[in-house]
Amino acid sequence: MTLTAPRPAAVRPRRGLATRSSWLVVAVAVLAVLCLFSLAVGAQGIPLGTVWRALWTDDGSDQAFIVADLRIPRTLIGLGVGAALGLTGALMQGLTRNPLADPGILGVNAGSSAAVVLAIAVFGVTTPAGYVWFAFAGAAAAAVVVYLLGATGRVVSPERTVLAGAAVSAVLVSFVSTVLLLSPDTFDSFRFWAIGSLAGRRMDIVVTLAPFLLVGIVLALGLGRALNALALGDQTGAALGVRLGRTRLLTGIAVTLLCGVATAAVGPIGFVGLTVPHVARMIVGPDQRWVLPYSMVLAPVLLLAADVVGRVALPSGELEVGIVTAFLGAPVFVLLCRRRRIAQL
Amino acid sequence: MSATVDTAVAEPPVRRRRPARVLRAGGLSVRWERRAARAAVLLLVALVLLGFAALLTGPVAIAPGEVLASLLGQGRAGTDYAVLGLRLPRLATAVVVGVALGASGAIFQTISRNPLGSPDIIGFTTGAATGGVLAILIFRAGATGTSVAAVVGGLLTAVLVYALAYRRGVDGFRLILVGIGITAVIEAVNSYLIARARLQVALEAQVWQVGSLNGRTWTNALGVAVALAVLLPVAVGFGRRLSMLEMGPEAARARGVPVQGTTVVMVVVGVGLAAVATAAAGPISFVALAAPQLARRLSRTEGAGLVTAGLMGAVLLVASDVLAQRLIESRPLPVGLGTGLVGGLYLAWLLAREWRRGRG
Repeated sequence: MTLTAPRPAAVRPRRGLATRSSWLVVAVAVLAVLCLFSLAVGAQGIPLGTVWRALWTDDGSDQAFIVADLRIPRTLIGLGVGAALGLTGALMQGLTRNPLADPGILGVNAGSSAAVVLAIAVFGVTTPAGYVWFAFAGAAAAAVVVYLLGATGRVVSPERTVLAGAAVSAVLVSFVSTVLLLSPDTFDSFRFWAIGSLAGRRMDIVVTLAPFLLVGIVLALGLGRALNALALGDQTGAALGVRLGRTRLLTGIAVTLLCGVATAAVGPIGFVGLTVPHVARMIVGPDQRWVLPYSMVLAPVLLLAADVVGRVALPSGELEVGIVTAFLGAPVFVLLCRRRRIAQL
Repeated sequence: MSATVDTAVAEPPVRRRRPARVLRAGGLSVRWERRAARAAVLLLVALVLLGFAALLTGPVAIAPGEVLASLLGQGRAGTDYAVLGLRLPRLATAVVVGVALGASGAIFQTISRNPLGSPDIIGFTTGAATGGVLAILIFRAGATGTSVAAVVGGLLTAVLVYALAYRRGVDGFRLILVGIGITAVIEAVNSYLIARARLQVALEAQVWQVGSLNGRTWTNALGVAVALAVLLPVAVGFGRRLSMLEMGPEAARARGVPVQGTTVVMVVVGVGLAAVATAAAGPISFVALAAPQLARRLSRTEGAGLVTAGLMGAVLLVASDVLAQRLIESRPLPVGLGTGLVGGLYLAWLLAREWRRGRG
């Protein structure tokens, strides 16, 4: 291995630039098709031609209303949240060098859950639009505490970050359970938020969260090179010219923004952020500059597919996206784990 | 060979580590480290003190003197019933369940070589929760039925994960990943069940999912104790192999450890310990994860330390039970709410202290 350029690509020539980019293009194409399906499929099926027309002109029909006011925001949120979840998982796993790291483990989901429980129990908020800022603030607060506890100080090891996340998460989950136990009304509202759903989200949420999402994505995609060097260990990474503190801080900010957006919009969804980066690594190897964009595209593929399936899976009503992602994604994930050589961190 | 390796690789020569001692008797030898032994004694003292606090805790206030009198067999009938009939079995259950969870966590953290390793990894806890929740929501089962369903659910999940991860042997990393996948599905089932159930029943299931020691009797404690007596010696007997495994499968194999065999035995022991604990107290969170980490930091040794981890588990659980019962005067809470609070705050405090001292 050369010290100047830690590029796994040099070791495995068959995963060349052309192969990697062409698969990424394929994934983006799949995602685009899924977006169309997400606009067309639902309690009322709308032909693709009508969808296409409704995208550009508002003819005042019911179908145009459904597409423009219900399905477009829902699809946009699915896209954005999926990208956010995929990226946070990849960032967290890269930074902590722990394959189990995800918003759930690192306490961010627990932070937003605690804040939402407070919102319901103390302030009487009961709508997704009302949860947004609480979820966002909770995620940010938890991320900051975990970051200070686990990723600063004189000696920092990946293990500490993960343990700090687990500790903070445990305290917050206990707090949430206590409130739920003491207040059945809060429990009744909370159990529906905690499942993770895209239903009933309108354009106002999209507009509110989009700036945070965009900043988070730009930050995240710029971190690939630094995370690659850190994968060799903190000391080697520093020797390769990575500024450790700066990389950690930027990763922390990106994770907070993206996690906050995701949980604020749909509730705590665990599976996507944890597993999609693993799938990305199985396809492209451990190079973070590829893992990050692949995770960003593959995660919304899973999320949108799950949402579309969830709309038609039951004879009446919908199955929440948080449930369907697990049922759809887990078998694929387990199969991949059995088939392929697993690229470790 | 082992002793020289252990001492030579230790910390820089600022404060030389004392070599581990080896006690030999006939053909058997036991290796023990001073620091681990000191930590174990500390934990035992803490356990006795906390245990006494637990006996003082309950809906009726009983003076320490009267509790002592009851323990020595000279109490009044009323206090005897409360102390010996209700609180002592509850305390005993907390201790054995804590030991089982702590040891189980230590085993899984060694096999997975991950500080987050715990019975959750191979889906045990989540599967147990599904079993219990199904029993409550659909079959309207009582306490015993719920316990049985929980253990069956946990074991089925563990077997499923193990079988799916098996491919010419089980690789620790693949075991974790497959466990994550299956756990996600089961968790989805759990939240679906809870969201679709009537509020009253859903609440009941939610309470059970937290884990509780209310109304536990000697039967509960004895069941776990018997399992501990069978499983712990096996785990301790494999202790050396286990610490070799911690260096990674290749390194362990090079040192003559039969990796596959050891992994299978340890998974069985770890799942068994988690199963009896869950049957007795429900799926209590965080103890299996936190106890080995806390024990390791207390005894400042590397590696699993099954015994100290077990003792730490017991201390955590008893402390959590005392706290959960006393936190809100009028409304005793289930122990599972205390474990996250006590264990989480303790772990956070330890990390913060390490942060100040600059240790990693």
